[in-house]
Amino acid sequence: MQTANVNRLTPYLFLAPAAAVLAIALLYPIGYMIYASFLDWNPSQRIGEAEFVGLRNYINLLGDESFRESFAVTLKFAAIVVSLEMFVGVGLALLLDRNIRGMSLLRTLFILPMMIAPIVVGLMWRYMYHPTVGIFNRTLKNLGLEPIPWLSDGDWAFASVIIADVWQWTPFIFILSLAALQSLPQSALEAARIDGATGWQQIWYIKLPLMMPVLVVTCLLRLIDAFKVLEVILVLTNGGPGLSTEILSLRISRTASEFRELGVAAAMSNYLLILLLVLTLGMFLYNKFAETRALRLRAEAEGAAS
Amino acid sequence: MSAKTYQKQNPAFYALLVALIVMSIGPILMMLMTSFKLNVDIMSDTVGLIFVPTLNNYEAALCDMLWYEPESVDYCDPTFGRALINSLIIALVSTALTLVIGCMAAYALVRFRFMGRDTVSLTTLMMRMVPPAVLLVPVFGIWTFQFEIDGTRLGIILIYVAMNLPFVIWILQSFIVQVPIQLEEAARIDGAGPFQVFFLVVLPVIKPGLAAASIFTFRIAWNEFLLANALADRNSRTVPVTIVNSLTEYDIDWGVIMATGMLLAIPPIIFTFVASRQIITGMTAGAVKG
Repeated sequence: MQTANVNRLTPYLFLAPAAAVLAIALLYPIGYMIYASFLDWNPSQRIGEAEFVGLRNYINLLGDESFRESFAVTLKFAAIVVSLEMFVGVGLALLLDRNIRGMSLLRTLFILPMMIAPIVVGLMWRYMYHPTVGIFNRTLKNLGLEPIPWLSDGDWAFASVIIADVWQWTPFIFILSLAALQSLPQSALEAARIDGATGWQQIWYIKLPLMMPVLVVTCLLRLIDAFKVLEVILVLTNGGPGLSTEILSLRISRTASEFRELGVAAAMSNYLLILLLVLTLGMFLYNKFAETRALRLRAEAEGAAS
Repeated sequence: MSAKTYQKQNPAFYALLVALIVMSIGPILMMLMTSFKLNVDIMSDTVGLIFVPTLNNYEAALCDMLWYEPESVDYCDPTFGRALINSLIIALVSTALTLVIGCMAAYALVRFRFMGRDTVSLTTLMMRMVPPAVLLVPVFGIWTFQFEIDGTRLGIILIYVAMNLPFVIWILQSFIVQVPIQLEEAARIDGAGPFQVFFLVVLPVIKPGLAAASIFTFRIAWNEFLLANALADRNSRTVPVTIVNSLTEYDIDWGVIMATGMLLAIPPIIFTFVASRQIITGMTAGAVKG
């Protein structure tokens, strides 16, 4: 009798700690944030003392020139970074998908940039971009060229931030697409080779379509993370010069800590969350669609090969 | 893959490989090199591959933890040493907690099937979607005014555990699914209770999964800046926070700051070399297997 009871309770006992932690430290804060976004609240007040202002924070933000600028910078940053990284990462995977000695060492070296702290990545690049001691301007000077204002000019700063992010995260896409490539059905590739498909045709008509579901997930994960980038930019430019590199995450943290307007920061966080939610759901649905299509393709390819 | 025959490649291919390797680890090597340089060497005009290496920068960063009095340091700033200890405690404790809690939850989700795997993956994805910046305001508010654990290590640990749990549960789930149920049934017939089955049978089998999960958790807890910055006070600051605090607009002491950066980067680098296989499994598990 007693054992039966324990057995029936076991799953709940096993789940309870996780459920408790997630409820207290993740779900509750998110709910709290949604509530806080309707308040005029500064950090020295308890939340109960803050004045309820309805949708004012949201409406003010929509009319706020610099918030819109920040929003645009975020979208531009994410779009450019993800497409560059997808292009380079998948390209490299297609190129390096060969049986070569030392491949595992190569992969190890490639994952180093994403393992070390974003703060440190920012630090390294800030040093390299340094106007006088940095390696880039030094090299330019030795070649007799004009130095580039890497971090002090708006457009260059934006480019610099993108370069640093591409350096850090292209390997992620490379590794995932390499894994996808290596799990493709060999029979389909063989059949294509026998039918005389050129390298490009193999890539274009067989490898890429079969990799599609993985690529979509990879792209989605990367896109989500691109909206989270904060530390690298914080160390490199702190959003400047002007607003040229101030992505939303950075703006949220500055609104909260420098301008001390927690309600506004919460409303901004909500805008960011809504944006991410739309993107994620969109990609998720597309992925379901692509998966069914790829399964069909795969079946056809395997059918044709046998 | 049965016979390990390596294809011969043309020289251009190898050139490309070398270029890629230089690009990916060059910046890290440069940081390492700078951390061994005197400021004179850093500022000097010659491009310096040749210089006299010095430990001064590391001595300056770690001055209060050394067993001897470094001559090069006239004023000892204990901030960094303290932050290093905080970082270690916070990262280790939160990794351990996340693993234990996450493991139990993953096991329950797989074996007792309350929710489909799809639900769990979607939830994980949703949680992964939440940027730390979004948590900043509520976590600051709640931790300060309701739980009153701001400025303590416990507060930082709690939020790290919560942030990492969904991912850890998700990853471990994909490993637990592969444990043959017969193994557990055999143990149960031999009279093991549910907890014994879990700790003595399941855990040893999913060791690779545990390794991957712990590396990912440790990495996040060790590297995180934003929330630690909002929650920590002088005594609970972590290394990333001290690094950002010591960055000023002008006059950065590059040697010392590169040494601190290097110290922060070393644990993840070691993990990468020791367990790259597990890391790659962990990274690909989600995307490739779906």
